[in-house]
Amino acid sequence: MELSILTVCYLIGSLTFIIGLKMLSNPATARKGNLIAAAGMTIAIIGTIFLYEENEKKLGNYLWIFGGIIVGGVIGTLAAKKVKMTAMPEMVSLFNGMGGACAALISIVEFNHLYSAIEIPGYDQMPFGTLLIILLGLIIGSISFSGSIIAWGKLNGSVKDFSFNGQHIFNLVILAVVVVLAGLILGGEFGDPQLIFFSILGLSLLYGVFFVMPIGGADMPVVISLLNSFTGVAAACGGFLYDNKVMLTGGILVGAAGILLTVLMCKAMNRSLKNVLIGSFGGARTTGVVAKEQGHYKEISLSDTAVIMSYASKVMIVPGYGLAVAQAQHACHELEKILEGKGVNVKYAIHPVAGRMPGHMNVLLAEADVNYEKLQEMEQANEEFSTTDVVLVLGANDVVNPAAKSDPASPIYGMPILDVELAKNIIVNKRSMKPGYAGIENDLFFRPKTSMLFGDAKKVIQDLIAEIKNL
Amino acid sequence: MDTVLSWITQHEQMIYIVALMIFVGIEVIGRVPSVLHTPLMSGANAIHGVVIIGAIIVMGKAEPDNYVALVLGFLAVVLGTLNVVGGFVVTDRMLEMFKSKKKSQD
Repeated sequence: MELSILTVCYLIGSLTFIIGLKMLSNPATARKGNLIAAAGMTIAIIGTIFLYEENEKKLGNYLWIFGGIIVGGVIGTLAAKKVKMTAMPEMVSLFNGMGGACAALISIVEFNHLYSAIEIPGYDQMPFGTLLIILLGLIIGSISFSGSIIAWGKLNGSVKDFSFNGQHIFNLVILAVVVVLAGLILGGEFGDPQLIFFSILGLSLLYGVFFVMPIGGADMPVVISLLNSFTGVAAACGGFLYDNKVMLTGGILVGAAGILLTVLMCKAMNRSLKNVLIGSFGGARTTGVVAKEQGHYKEISLSDTAVIMSYASKVMIVPGYGLAVAQAQHACHELEKILEGKGVNVKYAIHPVAGRMPGHMNVLLAEADVNYEKLQEMEQANEEFSTTDVVLVLGANDVVNPAAKSDPASPIYGMPILDVELAKNIIVNKRSMKPGYAGIENDLFFRPKTSMLFGDAKKVIQDLIAEIKNL
Repeated sequence: MDTVLSWITQHEQMIYIVALMIFVGIEVIGRVPSVLHTPLMSGANAIHGVVIIGAIIVMGKAEPDNYVALVLGFLAVVLGTLNVVGGFVVTDRMLEMFKSKKKSQD
């Protein structure tokens, strides 16, 4: 009876995951979808704690279980509530790493269990299938863990890009050694299985580090999405291990959706997944296009900017990571309102990968109550630029870099960009002339139609608002 | 060969689930607008936190004198909970903004 109830719990869990994910892909239902999935998860967890039994034996150690859930729950809630909108992508990466580590730990405990169960050391007695699943969970889980931690460090700036010649070969060698070791342990030959097992753990962690290390700048969202998918697969391994359908459904669902999401993101940048993973960004950024001849750029004063914008009939704002860093979204919304008050038509042009994650800008601007209809996706925006008087680029760089269209040597060549040059005037707000996240010079800044407005995005906008009010 | 075949037979249902879920996963998010990429990734991130069920089972099965299993299991439960709770709360925070904006629009 109780086991049948547990089965129903798991069934509900699996269905809510599918429905939740479906609803998450539509703006109108997204929030409800997330809550439904969370409710399903809660049911599955509570069901497991109280109803799960193996060989007619219930689970014990309730104190430990509840202790762990309370500790994790409190820290998780606090961290998730406190985190700034700009740090959201890092947070996702960090939580993803926790999931990977969890899967790896399960594998370690289960392996010890299996190992101590064999009294006579004939390793071929370890059930092949179970061992294979344990190893898969261990390898994928630890790669996902160490990779996510590096991605987290990279996004918050504490880990610098690092690569050396032949790194891809080095990575492949690590991976090959991992596979060979796994083969040895599965075949039940040579040496101490425990030693091999923990070598696999160590090498997988190392692989995760070197896998993410050389991948630079603009590609980080893609990597996080991919690691997210890895953790899904690692969770599914747990499903096989315990013959647990909800873990299997949830894991594979995320694994498959994560891969698709990764591909969608790559498409938005017009690059192949292979290209991203081989990390041409990382290699090219130091040697790439830096040597190019620079022209002269011209600066524009705040009061001139205020005049140009107030008397424009259509203004497009192109937000980028600089806006997020400066927390300028509210000021930006205020600028929009004051310009609208003067009869200017203001819209936002959102590049799919502006910021550090797809959708980053939408989330930020939504926080500042910017009307959904004012946000133009790239295709729409590109149609509108030719009728636009002023484009205000706020802390965006690579997504408006014309080199993506014209310079085949550029690392971002082929990425669709916002064609801001079609507009009559382009005003670029940046903190300095330093190149953007991908480390590439931007010719746009030296074009005759472009003027530079230096300073922190928030301060500049506030001053601009004051100037416009004084007109 | 025999072991592989018998393993497949043993896990027939599970293998069916894997095959079907791959298609469901791809189909279900096939038409997501780029606006929702980040929240969707975050939501999916929370869902794979289902790995916590494995952690609970490991923890609950550990013999009370097996400290290695207890400690590792405890750590796994903490990390798994972080993934689930943190994941859902962060996603909700992202989506909350979408909602408040929707309201002001109506």
